[in-house]
Amino acid sequence: MSGEGATSAWERACLALHLLCIDPAGLGGMAIRARSGPVRDAFSDLLVRLPLKLVKLQTQIDDDALFGGVDVAGTLAQGRLVRTRGLTRDVSALVLPMAERCGTGLAARLAHVLDAGGHSLILLDEGAEPEETAPPILTERVAFHVDLTDIGRMEATPVPVPDLDAARERYGRIPADAAATRTLAALALRFGIGSLRAPLRALAVARAHAALDGRNLVGSDDIRIAAELVYPHRATAVPNEPEQEADMTPEDAQSGDQSDAPTPERGEIPQELLVAAVRALLPDRLLDASTGPGRSGAFAGSGAGLRKAGNRRGRPLTSRPGRPGGQSRIDLVATLRAAAPWQNLRQAATADAKRVVVHPSDIRLRRYEEQSDRILIFTVDASGSSAMSRLAEAKGAVELLLAQSYARRDHVALIAFRGTSAELLLPPTRSLVQAKRRLSALPGGGATPLAAGLQAAAVLAAGEQRRGLTATIVLLTDGRANVALSGEADRSRAASDAEQVAAWVRAGNIGGIVLDTGNRPHGPLQALASLMRARYVPLPRADARKMSAAIGSALET
Amino acid sequence: MKKSFPFSAIVGQEQMKLSMILTAIDQRLGGVLVFGDRGTGKSTAVRALAALLPSITVVRACPVNSAGPQDCPDWAGITCFETEDRLTPVVDLPLGVTEDRVTGALDIERALTRGEKAFQPGLLAQANRGYLYIDEVNLLEDHIVDLLLDVAQSGENVVEREGLSIRHAARFVLVGSGNPEEGELRPQLLDRFGLLVEVRSPESIDERVEVIERRDAFETDPDRFAKKWAREDRKIRDAISTARGALGSVKVSRAVLRDCARLCVELGADGLRGELTLLRAGRALAAYRGDPALGRAHLRAVAPLALSHRLRRDPMDEAGSSSRVLRAVDEVLA
Repeated sequence: MSGEGATSAWERACLALHLLCIDPAGLGGMAIRARSGPVRDAFSDLLVRLPLKLVKLQTQIDDDALFGGVDVAGTLAQGRLVRTRGLTRDVSALVLPMAERCGTGLAARLAHVLDAGGHSLILLDEGAEPEETAPPILTERVAFHVDLTDIGRMEATPVPVPDLDAARERYGRIPADAAATRTLAALALRFGIGSLRAPLRALAVARAHAALDGRNLVGSDDIRIAAELVYPHRATAVPNEPEQEADMTPEDAQSGDQSDAPTPERGEIPQELLVAAVRALLPDRLLDASTGPGRSGAFAGSGAGLRKAGNRRGRPLTSRPGRPGGQSRIDLVATLRAAAPWQNLRQAATADAKRVVVHPSDIRLRRYEEQSDRILIFTVDASGSSAMSRLAEAKGAVELLLAQSYARRDHVALIAFRGTSAELLLPPTRSLVQAKRRLSALPGGGATPLAAGLQAAAVLAAGEQRRGLTATIVLLTDGRANVALSGEADRSRAASDAEQVAAWVRAGNIGGIVLDTGNRPHGPLQALASLMRARYVPLPRADARKMSAAIGSALET
Repeated sequence: MKKSFPFSAIVGQEQMKLSMILTAIDQRLGGVLVFGDRGTGKSTAVRALAALLPSITVVRACPVNSAGPQDCPDWAGITCFETEDRLTPVVDLPLGVTEDRVTGALDIERALTRGEKAFQPGLLAQANRGYLYIDEVNLLEDHIVDLLLDVAQSGENVVEREGLSIRHAARFVLVGSGNPEEGELRPQLLDRFGLLVEVRSPESIDERVEVIERRDAFETDPDRFAKKWAREDRKIRDAISTARGALGSVKVSRAVLRDCARLCVELGADGLRGELTLLRAGRALAAYRGDPALGRAHLRAVAPLALSHRLRRDPMDEAGSSSRVLRAVDEVLA
């Protein structure tokens, strides 16, 4: 199957898989983004074509399972040290389902396993939201990123297996090509791909494609396919369009000429054509992501300390029976206490009377309880009514608070609402520099969609609570709500919508502080605060320092 | 285990290479922190360094890599004091590692099966006299960071848990790498690193092509590639060994010390660690270059590495601090 044949997304995915089959370790692996369904099943079935054993991991896997450890139950039963074999001991294709839930710890370990060589990694990413992705430390190391989301069931037709053994044999003999290297390196730079792993992988892909096509040298087609398969999802910049329109025609003609006769110089394709080819495959949301207030990596599992391991620190709780793994500690005293009553019976049953006989069921694990980290969700009213005079003050207050939360190691997020909707300006992070940057760029003006702002904050808070953080909403507004959730300018609807959301916040057990930034305390806002069981702090003519002191004291109590 | 990429074959990234060589020359410098984008060869450099370093002599049976019988801890119960030469240990500290694994803990299996109270050494024991490498150091959990700070400070690992009371030497060079966009590093830990390097992916196409070509050649045939660079690697290794020997004889004049102090005062660097590191790094550089005395040129070269992470920082300040250091260097050493 040549490059021209691989036009549909499904065929391209299959091509990527076949290329991966040629050098599973050298290409690192593949990230597959798709919800589970018939298309993904069809594609997963093809994974058996990989020349490696498929080993399924889970995101909650512990070190003992991954790298091998002591089999406590076996050790006890046999009276000698029994070790378990780790899943990564033999070279294999590691398949990680739900890769978007993969924590930083596991990601770092898998990256290490990949760097050590030999293994290949298949990430099955089922993320629903654009922000929900597999950890970048892993996606960066795998060559391919295949998106099956938009492929219909009928398109997922069986594809013939090319002669992979012959291709693999040929692959080793294909020389590195200086022109191809240069083209791919230049192209990566044009798409704003800083990491050098990308062109390296692309070069390997180009060679694999040449091998698959039965050639012994890298040709221009191979380079194009490699760029199309490896670059689009890594791109952070879109090369400028203008010259391309003008250049297109002559170059089209030129390449048309060349297609009759084989290209004289290998790897010499006009870069513009390559750029156009890759650009056609760029994900739609790239532009939103790079021009909007960045949805950068500080989300879903890539932030610092979001996860609670829960059993290693904090206040000790009573021990529990359980199976020891790499992440838990055995409470030896409790274990021995559990085993003690049975010693006479057990020692009578075994020949060795001196040994303490412990059965796996005696083992007690240590547990700890820990106060979870806190996240402050600043929800700032940037509407015209509160804005013009007070927005600067609110910004100042948030900045002071950010400095305080730095000291307390809190996480912060920033939501602004104005006009008809609310916007998440800063996803939860500990990076204060980012918070400050986003905040200072916050424009003011427009109507007050209080309900929408509160709703956005509540949704975020609920999500963070699920992750084990304690969420607190800090709402800064003058309370003059005049836009309903639907976006209509209707004062009474706006007020009732806000009340509804406030009730929801209360039901969700989310903490809150309402800072009234109006010139005079506003009755309805106070009522709203009590509805969401939040502390109400009126701040007539406050300066930033006073405001932050107010929040500080409200949080302490 | 795959062969590691030769240190001398790393293209560019001179600052990173230099700082790693300096810590290898003077182990008391306190390690390197490499901050930068993905795919810039941070991990590659650390692993390459391990293969490059002169080997150390250790008691074979000793779990903490002791140099001789007198250093071996009692609890290890060593009976055979045979020594052997080994590569300098470079121990990876993975994220999400448990405290037990880092400090070592009661050997549960031996306790349960044989009723013996034995200590199972952890990563800190393995890293003694070598390197402890933490990738993504800024994502490390706080309680592990606390623990490392304590041990890095005292050079000794004290374990008091489950009825064990054990201590052993844990002197290691801390090497960290990370991407600052993903999370900040606590100032206490930042300060503990002797040198800080910020790496970027190279922007010139020629340099990038060079990186790709070398890496590709390495992956195609690691042995041949390693052989090709063995001579260069040996040169660096010899230079490090020579510099280690020469370290004591590098002259440090009072005037240069004054320069160090003035630089730190000018920058408002916290504590005296700044001066000390600056002095040590400069001296290591002088020894490496074969110069008889520490001079201003050496200070100028190492000041950004030694000081840029010690400035009293406003957490909200986003301006690059290495440019601040360079400005101060220009003023003070004018």
